[in-house]
Amino acid sequence: MKKLTIVSAALMAALTVSTEARAAVKVITSTQDLASIVSEIGGDKVTVEALARGYQDPHQVEAKPSFVLKLHGADLLVVVGRELEIAWLPALITQSRNAKIQPGNAGYLDASRTVRILDMPTGQITRAMGDVHPQGNPHYWLDPANGRRIAKAVEGKLSELSAADAAYFAQRYADFDRKLTAAENRWKGILTPYKGTKVVTYHRSWSNFAEAFGLDVVGYVEPKPGIPPSPGHQLALSEEMKRQGIRIIIVEPYFDLKTPNAIARTTGAQVLVVPPSVGGVKGTEDYIRLFDYNVDLLASALKTATGH
Amino acid sequence: MHNSSTLVRRFGVAACVAGLTLTVVGAAAAQTPPTPQNPQPAPAPSTDPQQLREEVDRLRKEFESVRDAYGSRLAALEARLAQIGGTGVPPAPPLPVEPPAAAAKPPTAPPAALPPGQVEVPAGAAGAGGPQGPLPVYGSATATSKIFNPDIAVIGNFLGAVGKNDLNPSPVFEMSEAEASFQAVVDPYARADFFLAFSPEGVEIEEGFITFPTLPWGLLAKVGKLKQQVGKVNTLHAHNLPWVDRPLASVNLLGGEEGLADAGVSVSKLIPNRWLFLEATGEVYQGNSGVFQSHQRSDVSWVSRLRGYRDITESTNVDIGASFARGHNDAGPDFHTNLFAVDATLRYRPLQRALYRRFLGRTELFWSRRDQEEGRVPAFGMYVSGEYQFSRRWFAGARYDWSERAYDASLNDKGPSLLLTFWPSEFSQVRGQYRRINFAEGVTSNEVLFQLLFSIGAHGAHVF
Repeated sequence: MKKLTIVSAALMAALTVSTEARAAVKVITSTQDLASIVSEIGGDKVTVEALARGYQDPHQVEAKPSFVLKLHGADLLVVVGRELEIAWLPALITQSRNAKIQPGNAGYLDASRTVRILDMPTGQITRAMGDVHPQGNPHYWLDPANGRRIAKAVEGKLSELSAADAAYFAQRYADFDRKLTAAENRWKGILTPYKGTKVVTYHRSWSNFAEAFGLDVVGYVEPKPGIPPSPGHQLALSEEMKRQGIRIIIVEPYFDLKTPNAIARTTGAQVLVVPPSVGGVKGTEDYIRLFDYNVDLLASALKTATGH
Repeated sequence: MHNSSTLVRRFGVAACVAGLTLTVVGAAAAQTPPTPQNPQPAPAPSTDPQQLREEVDRLRKEFESVRDAYGSRLAALEARLAQIGGTGVPPAPPLPVEPPAAAAKPPTAPPAALPPGQVEVPAGAAGAGGPQGPLPVYGSATATSKIFNPDIAVIGNFLGAVGKNDLNPSPVFEMSEAEASFQAVVDPYARADFFLAFSPEGVEIEEGFITFPTLPWGLLAKVGKLKQQVGKVNTLHAHNLPWVDRPLASVNLLGGEEGLADAGVSVSKLIPNRWLFLEATGEVYQGNSGVFQSHQRSDVSWVSRLRGYRDITESTNVDIGASFARGHNDAGPDFHTNLFAVDATLRYRPLQRALYRRFLGRTELFWSRRDQEEGRVPAFGMYVSGEYQFSRRWFAGARYDWSERAYDASLNDKGPSLLLTFWPSEFSQVRGQYRRINFAEGVTSNEVLFQLLFSIGAHGAHVF
C-alpha cells in the first residue's frame, strides 16, 4: 500500500510537471541587439532569432520570403520601431500569416515605447532634410540606460505571454540589471577622461551613445541622412574638423570608407570602424560585449589622438 | 494645572528629541554608500566635492535646456491652438511631432484641458462684444480625426522618347502616370491598399484590395482589383519596373501595357516544409482583362501559381515560380485562352555592402494557347534581364525580348535593351533605356526612352 502511494504520488508529480512545462517562447527580433537583450531576459525559456545581421544597415534589409517563414512560426516579434524597419518589415508582417504578431496584438512588442528618444524633429519636417526619421532617432539602443529600459519592457512582455515563468524573468532582469550597472560604471570610468571630445560620425546613429558617454558629435560625413558624401560637403567638413581639432571619425561597418579615409588624410584624423550593433564585428556577440568593444576601441583611439 | 503644563513641556521636549533623532538617522541613511543591493548608476565612484559640483552644474544646465525646449514648444502649440480657434480652419502644415507617450495610442483628447473639438475664444476677443466661453469648431480642427488617415503617397512617372519607331511611337514627353496610394489598417482583421492611377486616359484603380492577414491554416486572402499572379512582371506596377517599358512578351501575350489586372479574389497558402519557402496561390477573376474577355457572368478567369524560394547563402537567393491561367477570350463565347508562365529570379546582395552592390537576374517564359475560329494558336514569348548596381546610386541593366503574337504565332518581335539608372535618393530615379525592336512587319525601331520617377508621402516598402 505504501509502495502504491509512493508510486502514484511520483506519477502525479511527473504528470503535473509535464503538463506545467511550457514550450519555449519563440521570439523573432528585427536586430541582433534586441535578440541579445531578449536572450538575457528569457534565458532557456525562449528561443530567439534576429532577422537583420549586425553588420548590415538596418534600414536596408531585403524583405526575403525566408523571413516570412521565420515570422510565421513566431510567438513574439520585437521591433526597434521609430520607422527604422519601415521599408521592409510591415510587408513581411502582413505576409507572415501569423495573427499573434500583427501590430497591436499580444505577440508584438515595439521596444521604443519606454526609452529615451533623441533628435525629435520639430517644425516642418520634409524630405529636403534627407531621409529624416520623423519619430526621433531610432538608434536608441546605444545608450546602456535604454538597454535597461528595453530589458524591462521585454521582461513585462515575456511575463505576459508566459505568466508561469514571470518570477524567472524577473530574476533574470535583476541579474542583467546588476551586470549592466557594473559594466556601465566600468565604461564610464574608462571614457570619463575624454568627456566632451568632439567627433565626427558617418551617419546620425550615435546620438544616444554620445549622450551616454560624454562625446560631442559635431558633424557627419553624410551631408544629410541617406545622401552620400559630396565633394563640397567633404571639403567643408574637413575645414571644420581642422578648425575644431577633431581627431576621430566614427564609421559603421556597412559604409564605404573611401570618403572618410580621404577626410582623414586631409585632416590627420583617425577613421574608426565602430559597430553600432551586436554582431557587427567579431567580439560583439552580446549587448554588454558590444559596449566593451566600442568603449575600448574609442578609448585607445582617443588616447593616441589626445595623448593622455 | 501644574501637572498638565509639565506634561505638555515634557511632550514637547520628547517630540523635539524624536524629531532630531529622525533627522540625524535620515541624513545618515541618505548618505549610505551604494551597496550591491541598491546600485546607483553614478558615473564616478569618488565623492570629490569639485566633481559633485560639476555634476550638479551639468544637471542644472541639462534641466534648464530641456525646460526651455518644452516651454517654447508648448508656447508654439498654444499659439497655434488660438490661431485655429480664431479662423476655424486648421493650418496646412502638420503639427509638430507629439511626444512618444501620446502618440503610442490614439489620444482620446487633445493635450489641452478642453474637450475635443473646442477651442478657447482668442485672447482679446472675449468681453469686447465677442463670444464667451469655448467656441464650437466644425470639421475637427484638432489632430484626433487625422490620426486614422491612411498612409498617402504619390509617385509621378514622367516618360520621354526620342528615335525612330514607325509602328507605335510614344510621345516625346508624357506625364504617363501619377499613382496615388492610400494604405491603412481597416480593423483587427484586415488592411486595405488602394493604388489609383491618374493618366492621360483618365483615372483608374490600378489595384485596390483588402488583405486578411490573420486567417488560419497559413492562408492570406486578398479581395478587390488585383494584378493577376501570372508570372512576376505582370504583378509589378509601372513605377516598380527595372525598365522604362514592359517586355514584349507581356505586351503581346498578356494584354497590352496594362497586363492582367481584374476584380476578384486571391488566396495563397504557405506550405511549410524544411527545404524552401513554398507558396501556392489560387485566384478567381471576373474574366475581363488583358487577353481575357467575359461574355456572361459565369465566364470567370482563374489563375493558379506555385512559388518556391530559397536562400543559397545569406547574400544570394533564388526564386522560381510557375503560373497557369485560363479564361474566355474575345474570339467568342466558347473560346478560351490558356496561359502558362514560368519565372526564375536570381538575387545577389552582400549584406555588409548592401548599399553599394547588388545583382538581379530574371527570366520569364510564357506559353499562350489561344482558341479562335481558325483553330488553336500556340504562341511563345520570353525575356531575360539583368540589373547590376555598381555604385551607391547607379544601376546598369540589359534585357533581351523575344515574343510571338497571341493571334498569330508566325509573327514575332524581338530586340535588346540597355539601361542606366541613377537614384538621387531613395525617392527619385532617372533612367535611360536604349531599345531596339525588330517587328514582325519587317520594321525596326531604334529609340532612347527616358523616365523620371519621383515620390512623395509615406515611405513605401522596398519592392523585393
